[in-house]
Amino acid sequence: MGPQEFAYLLQGLAWTLVLTAMGFVGGIAFGVIVALMRVSSVTWIRLIAIGWIGLFQGTPLLMQLFVAYFGLPLLGFNLPAWAAVGIALTAHASAFLGDIWRGAIQAVPRGQTEAAMALGLHTRSLMIDVIMPQAFKLSLPATVGFLVQLLKGTSLAAIVGFIELTRAGSIVSNQIYRPLLVFGVVGAMYFAMCWPLSLWGRNIERRMSAGVSR
Amino acid sequence: MTHPNETKTAQPMVMMRDVEKYYGTFHALKNINLTVAKGEKIVLCGPSGSGKSTLIRCINALEVSHGGEIVVAGHSLHNDQKAIDAVRRVVGMVFQQFNLFPHKTVLENCILAPMRVRKLSRAEAEATARKYLERVRIGDQADKYPAQLSGGQQQRVAIARALCMEPKAMLFDEPTSALDPEMVKEVLDTMVSLARDGMTMICVTHEMGFARQVADRVIFMADGEIVEENDPENFFRAPKHQRTRAFLGEILAHH
Repeated sequence: MGPQEFAYLLQGLAWTLVLTAMGFVGGIAFGVIVALMRVSSVTWIRLIAIGWIGLFQGTPLLMQLFVAYFGLPLLGFNLPAWAAVGIALTAHASAFLGDIWRGAIQAVPRGQTEAAMALGLHTRSLMIDVIMPQAFKLSLPATVGFLVQLLKGTSLAAIVGFIELTRAGSIVSNQIYRPLLVFGVVGAMYFAMCWPLSLWGRNIERRMSAGVSR
Repeated sequence: MTHPNETKTAQPMVMMRDVEKYYGTFHALKNINLTVAKGEKIVLCGPSGSGKSTLIRCINALEVSHGGEIVVAGHSLHNDQKAIDAVRRVVGMVFQQFNLFPHKTVLENCILAPMRVRKLSRAEAEATARKYLERVRIGDQADKYPAQLSGGQQQRVAIARALCMEPKAMLFDEPTSALDPEMVKEVLDTMVSLARDGMTMICVTHEMGFARQVADRVIFMADGEIVEENDPENFFRAPKHQRTRAFLGEILAHH
């Protein structure tokens, strides 16, 4: 494998990072909204969130990518491929993160809400100052686990013609007939992204354990 | 009909009239009538499931009552958020499980509500917090997290946190029940000193020594009803009701 092939793989890696970043940022931003809607006391808001989570948890990411890439243009949205994939990844991640954080919010002991309400705090401060910081900590292992999954899931974007890392690997492999070597390098690149993410998750988990509830 | 004297007597801190409360089909509070004057100290006792916690939780609207009327510091508690806010603004509460915010330091626990609800500046809120932390003799622990403190210290922080809102009345829901025995006294001492300073207090507790020492009235509840109430002297010396005698026999046998 020459420098030219390696450079091609790095280009694929860059696209993987871009897709991952879109999924992370969009998924986290919308995931917070989905989680808050999911624990709302207003029934119809809760039902929308339940439907959203069910829809994206109950269908394969691959199909969601197809719908975004081929379906949205049919509805009159003319999007570049990266935007369609970004939308699909964002929607997918928002549903999973929303459900993870819903569970974490509900796992914060009821007494915390009661103490905050007895002090006169309103919903906004109750959520931002009291519940969400604790829920975030509780949800960290699952959240980091999902983000690692999402990073690897971006390889499915290859199916709609996106030349991200996995697709770049198969193209190079077909050119030089060294599949073991090429996919070994590709695997190492995925590992080099996912492993620090897991370590980082473990690190903030440890740092935040100062405020553990007894 | 207004009694002519009624305008002269001070407005009570808490007035409950014909209050009913259900959990599904379970009748948790039955026809509760209770008036607590400003500065009065009430001890509520009774077997578990008798409704005493439910009763005090109705006073600051942590529980919604299903009938009758509750007026706290002049605010009638219906399902109106303004009245609920007004009541919570003047009534502090201390819980059995402390319910401190574990991700915040002692000081941060104490300044959150004053800053968000009373709109104090951080400096003002910290000054208030340090004053009340000193008052519960825990000023030197201000920068620790709750998990680094003993149960008794945590409960004293919870009392200081409530006092930082400068409430007119305090509700205590079994404040010493979750504590190791050697820590009960430090919390009770704090409550006694609060009582001496004239705070209106409604305490659900089985600490009968505390009841004798500070209560103006002891109220005994069973099955969601107020069975008997009296001043502590007569309550302990001559309980009238059979259920009260049985309960006191149980409780005092262990002391």
